[in-house]
Amino acid sequence: MITSPTSLELIDAVIGFIEQRAAPQLKDRDAFLAHVAVNALAAVRREIELGPQAEAAATQRLRDLLGHEGDFSELNAELCDRLAAGELTLKDPAVLAHLKASIVDQVEIDQPNYSGLKALGG
Amino acid sequence: MLEDALNRLNLGPVSGLRRLSGGASQETWAFEAGGKPLILRRKPEGLAGSGNAIGLAKEAALIRAAEKQGAPVPPIVHVCTFEDGLGEAYVMGRVEGEALGRRIVRDDTFAAVRPTLARRCGEVLAQIHSIPLDGLPDLPISDAASELAKYEAIYRSVGDHRPIFEAAFRWLKDRAPPLDKPVLVHGDFRNGNLMIHPSQGLAAVLDWELAHLGDPAEDLAWICVNSWRFGGSQPVGGFGSYEDLLAGHGNDVPLDRVLYWQTLGSLKWGVMCLIMYAAYASGADASVERAMIGRRTSETEIDLIALLEKAA
Repeated sequence: MITSPTSLELIDAVIGFIEQRAAPQLKDRDAFLAHVAVNALAAVRREIELGPQAEAAATQRLRDLLGHEGDFSELNAELCDRLAAGELTLKDPAVLAHLKASIVDQVEIDQPNYSGLKALGG
Repeated sequence: MLEDALNRLNLGPVSGLRRLSGGASQETWAFEAGGKPLILRRKPEGLAGSGNAIGLAKEAALIRAAEKQGAPVPPIVHVCTFEDGLGEAYVMGRVEGEALGRRIVRDDTFAAVRPTLARRCGEVLAQIHSIPLDGLPDLPISDAASELAKYEAIYRSVGDHRPIFEAAFRWLKDRAPPLDKPVLVHGDFRNGNLMIHPSQGLAAVLDWELAHLGDPAEDLAWICVNSWRFGGSQPVGGFGSYEDLLAGHGNDVPLDRVLYWQTLGSLKWGVMCLIMYAAYASGADASVERAMIGRRTSETEIDLIALLEKAA
């Protein structure tokens, strides 16, 4: 893989360009959209850094919870089916622990300053 | 052309006509006529009404009914007819104040009025919920079960696999309260749709397009959904307590029922984020805002887990 520049460096360069050069020239809705664009790039940056580890941990928890092998999307779809059917509920501490850990990891990527993240101890 | 049509309404010479941002499903225009600050609310040309919106003539009728009941609303100045050439539209007085949640929750300007807002919201909702239903235009009726069915169908059609949504739909469906006595529900009573004046407090309840007949707890809960608190630490809109809100309403709705509808509200907002992202995914709206709102779905999931854990 090409590592110079790294993907993170490229994202930082684009964020810097939008914030320092482009955004000051924009007004109203375009200024707002530039702000959203920076937020989007920052989320992509965090996903590159945190996403693989979060998915690996989630997959391991799902294997333990459901008692068999499988990749993340298969296991996650099975969990969804069993929750919808009421076969698994949040009263099961392992289910609750998995859902909490997974959503804390996701919000750390999507919106690390969200108030609900602190409320859940993330 | 728009200005010509407004001049023909005999409100006085029109000046300062400008489009206001915000309001995705309706156009909002500010202008002055006869020395008065006014607002034109209008359905965009060529756009079919959004799925849940009741239409602007009904909206105006509900605002007038709410005014009669003593609720703070913008005065309706003129409801447009076909001959006015403005399409589906009405003109209302422009109420002074701030609707942006972030400012209401954080700015020093609102520090004095903030502690009074939750109780006032409860009082105003009680007025809205006591509007006599006979004489109102035809409105959709919905209870918790039908709301859940509607939003679950949308979620299924998107095809996502979100385990917290699955657990929440199941939990809420198993506990859906029956609709004892339907009342007029505003349907979108939250920061963003409440005009707050720095000294007078709640000056006007705006955006009646999602009004319907239903459970009063739905309105009391929607303003408590964490997504409308803008980082404020208090449960009601980021600015007040459940106790104040419910006392303002007359202590006639139990907190449990509000928390149930708050959970449903977080789930509903989560599905709405998916719908808005779907407009990007389908190519209908290429803006980065539409794309990025899909990443707000997870905020509702983290709120749902906190609510469901507390309820268990």
